[in-house]
Amino acid sequence: MLSLRDIKLDLETKENLLNGVSLDIMPGKLTVITGPNGGGKTSLAKLIAGLYVPTSGQILLDGEDISHMSVTDRAKRGIAYAFQQPVAFKGITVRNLMEMASGTEMHESALCRILDRVGLCAREYMDRDMDSRLSGGEMKRIEIATVLARPAKYLLFDEPEAGIDLWSFSSLISAFEDLKKDEDRALLIISHQERILNIADNVAVIREGVITQYGTKDEVLPNLMQGGGCSPKGKEMY
Amino acid sequence: MNSITEEILKEITDWDGIFSGAYSLRENGECISFQNSDNIRIVKKEDKSGIDIYISSAAKETVYIPACVTKSAVEDVVYNDFHVQSGADVVIVAGCGVHTDAEEGSAHNGIHRFFLEKDSRVVYKEKHVGIGNGAGKRVIDPVTYAELEENSVLEMETLQLHGVDRTTRDTKAVLGRGAKLKIHESILTDKDQSASTKFLVDLNGDDSSVDLVSRSVAKDDSVQEYSSVINGNVRCTGHSECDAILAGNGRVNASPALNAACIDASLIHEAAIGKIAGEQIIKLMTLGLTEEEAEEKIIAGFLGA
Ligand SMILES: Nc1ncnc2c1ncn2[C@@H]1O[C@H](COP(=O)(O)OP(=O)(O)OP(=O)(O)O)[C@@H](O)[C@H]1O
Ligand SMILES: [Mg+2]
Repeated sequence: MLSLRDIKLDLETKENLLNGVSLDIMPGKLTVITGPNGGGKTSLAKLIAGLYVPTSGQILLDGEDISHMSVTDRAKRGIAYAFQQPVAFKGITVRNLMEMASGTEMHESALCRILDRVGLCAREYMDRDMDSRLSGGEMKRIEIATVLARPAKYLLFDEPEAGIDLWSFSSLISAFEDLKKDEDRALLIISHQERILNIADNVAVIREGVITQYGTKDEVLPNLMQGGGCSPKGKEMY
Repeated sequence: MNSITEEILKEITDWDGIFSGAYSLRENGECISFQNSDNIRIVKKEDKSGIDIYISSAAKETVYIPACVTKSAVEDVVYNDFHVQSGADVVIVAGCGVHTDAEEGSAHNGIHRFFLEKDSRVVYKEKHVGIGNGAGKRVIDPVTYAELEENSVLEMETLQLHGVDRTTRDTKAVLGRGAKLKIHESILTDKDQSASTKFLVDLNGDDSSVDLVSRSVAKDDSVQEYSSVINGNVRCTGHSECDAILAGNGRVNASPALNAACIDASLIHEAAIGKIAGEQIIKLMTLGLTEEEAEEKIIAGFLGA
């Protein structure tokens, strides 16, 4: 289990980014974090992955305090994080990146299996550079695929729906549903999407750096259901 | 051939004990062996050190012309001219290694000229390395001149990754109608090394094009200079891109120039110099790489190494 205990986060440039957040992320479960823009969702993910260090509070990974552990060591301990904004690299191919993620050489069939989950054809993409010549949606899907390729126990996805077309999104939803069945892996997805909230086990709402609601999907969703526009992917909840 | 030459050959070419097909091998200022093929003829120059390489229309193959300097106090200058007939389609693997274990340095200056006739295609691959432990400087100063006739295509891939203390590269090309020039140059310098590279491209034939990509990494106290001049004299397209990564006290000066002398000349330059983006390192660290490993991967990818 991954536990956040009374986490406070201040940055030099911004105080009270998170203000006493406690949350348990359990294997075999899909936890969805939602809430308004600027509420602190990405900051929380960065904190778990080690990009930020908490001002106070603790992060426990299967009982071990990892609050001050490096990004690399957390990754090696089984934390994987798909960024909200994918990072571009000149000269690093999709295959290179996937191999770094999986930690092994990958044959076309293995690449295919993973890229297919995000609606990409491996043959077409594996030798392309992960640079700005890829479209926004392509970059985003490759970013998600690098996390699907990780042999990690805790998988974090930051707004995986953003910029992704309807067809790839459906395939992604089924990938998440499959991952959920794995009793040894825990999923944490940051999302504004009804279709993702609908497959959640637990839902947390973060607003102004604090969790304002937490519970099972059935407990939390009814409270969120006030309006929101229709989109092909389902309603935007926040 | 001596064992250092063997070591250099393995690094700068795909040599595995034998060159099949045409080649000319230079060691310490002399051509120590060469071989013609049915379509490629190599002739020693009478008036100066070097060779003429005659590539016939029927040639669809690879020719090797590596040069190795294996000891100190060698000042090698060589003139190699490539005459590529209309319709030929070849890969030229050049490259040079300079080794010195002494106080005194060694140098190799290759002066290469390419004459590409109509519709011919050449891929030119060149890798430069310096090896050995002596304090003597390893210097490689290549001069390249290329004339591209109608619809001919020249692709140059040049790579200098380690050990060359000083280099001054000078590349000039003149393009005729529909000719295409593609250059991808990668240079890594470290310690107190310095590298200077200059390009001058004249787009003189309608619909000619040049795509010039330079990637450099300057580490430690090394210094690199880049300058390019693209003259668009007719209806043509030109693109140059100079990207550099700085590490330590590395310095890079880039001065790209575009001169358009025709309303239909379309010229673009892009340049970016700076240290490795923090988010790139962080991203790779989230995949389990250490900071050092992440930097290495980013630099290797960037240089195409
Ligand atoms: N490094 C930083 N320096 C200053 N302010 C920051 C920094 N990182 C985040 N913030 C601010 O903290 C707040 C929370 O940001 P965060 O990215 O966590 O929000 P979010 O919930 O992920 O929002 P969104 O739904 O838009 O992705 C925002 O107001 C943001 O501007
Ligand atoms: Mg966010």
